[in-house]
Amino acid sequence: MLSFSQIASDVDQWLHKVCSPTWALVFEMVIIGVSVIGLFAVLGLVLVLMERRVAAWMQIRLGPNRVGPQGLLQSLADTLKLLVKEGMTPGGSDKFLFNLAPFIAMIAAMLLMAPIAFASNFQIWNINIGVLYVSAVSSLSVIGILMAGWASNNKYSLMGAMRSGAQIVSYELSAGLSILTIVVLSGNLGLNDIVLSQKDGWWIFKGHIPAIIAFIIFMIAVTAETNRAPFDLAEAESELTAGFHTEYSGMKFALFFLAEYINVFIVCAIGATLFLGGWMPFHIGNLEGFNHVMDYIPSSIWFFGKTFFLIFLIMWFRWTFPRLRIDQLLNLEWKYLLPISMFNIILVTVVAIMKWYF
Amino acid sequence: MGASSMIILILAALAFSIFAILISKVLTKATTNKAKTEPYECGVPTKGQTWIQLNVGYYLFALIFLVFDVELVFLYPWAVVAQKVGWLALIEILIFFFILFMGFLYAHKKGALKWM
Repeated sequence: MLSFSQIASDVDQWLHKVCSPTWALVFEMVIIGVSVIGLFAVLGLVLVLMERRVAAWMQIRLGPNRVGPQGLLQSLADTLKLLVKEGMTPGGSDKFLFNLAPFIAMIAAMLLMAPIAFASNFQIWNINIGVLYVSAVSSLSVIGILMAGWASNNKYSLMGAMRSGAQIVSYELSAGLSILTIVVLSGNLGLNDIVLSQKDGWWIFKGHIPAIIAFIIFMIAVTAETNRAPFDLAEAESELTAGFHTEYSGMKFALFFLAEYINVFIVCAIGATLFLGGWMPFHIGNLEGFNHVMDYIPSSIWFFGKTFFLIFLIMWFRWTFPRLRIDQLLNLEWKYLLPISMFNIILVTVVAIMKWYF
Repeated sequence: MGASSMIILILAALAFSIFAILISKVLTKATTNKAKTEPYECGVPTKGQTWIQLNVGYYLFALIFLVFDVELVFLYPWAVVAQKVGWLALIEILIFFFILFMGFLYAHKKGALKWM
């Protein structure tokens, strides 16, 4: 069966056959770089289109459907439009930081691609502390946002950046604590190992009540961490025009936009890996026949299916809940989510030690 | 791929961003005038400095975050071995959370978690 890991090892062997190990390594690096950039661009285009189509579907209207079949080329056309827009730097701004900020946002988003297991045995970096790496690198994105807001010399941008900073650091705690419940259950920090520990069922089914509580808290926290509605205070259109990227235009704005959507994809991929089994097909305990039938669907399809399901959930939130105020937002985190997730950690420890999970 | 993948990814991000910005630089013609470079604040002229002091609430939350984030870092190694260590791990984490929660209650009582 053709799988990603098969292709990867074939390419590796072929490269080692035709050239020296050093050059093979260099070519592999180039291939990885190019394919990650390709994935980035495709994901950006797909997610923007998906956002608009889902929004249209929720509001009973059509959405973009003119450019290309079913509007599939709409976001490509938008990219071309952004490409020919002038990316200007406002007069009173801190020019160096203003131009640096989109790069920081992009680098943070790109680095998060490293530990994600896209298919079985298909990972850029099989790092054994994948979860820690993700929570460490994902907090880099706040630097880009703060930098952009500060350097813009615009009061709206500064307000948006400060709000976003407070929001991201606050919700990182409950996101981290809900990730830890799965680490307690599986006893591993590597993302591929966590997927392998779900061979006889996904943690959301195996982990009893604590896993379900953790999943709900995780979804709320990552929605806030990626600055999406109902927690999109950093760019609340009705109060702050566009928040931290008010002054950005042209390609620099597009880079922020892309980084934001890639972050949504990545947190959903992490959620799918931890709670819904990542690339692991739907398995039920010892039902060998059923598990074998499920194995016929390639692992990459399982992974992307679950991830896009979670992305759809996050897009659904946007059209369901009204935007919160900043004090409500911080109250929700510090007075409800944080104590609940701390209690949940204790609960999951009891469950794990008593072996109450399946 | 080992840790070198981080360098590759950083280079890929830089290459992608620089390439995109360079293309748009080539394709566009930059013009400038005074009104265009003013900050966009919905048409109203900007008053005073932008880089001012902000509400102290943000800093308080940042301080509490620091305490809890360090706690989270301590929890990672604990979580990996919690199941193997057994009941002792539970007792340890209960003591740890108790101390932390006292601090949390103190901050709450002092009004650090209240906005404004």
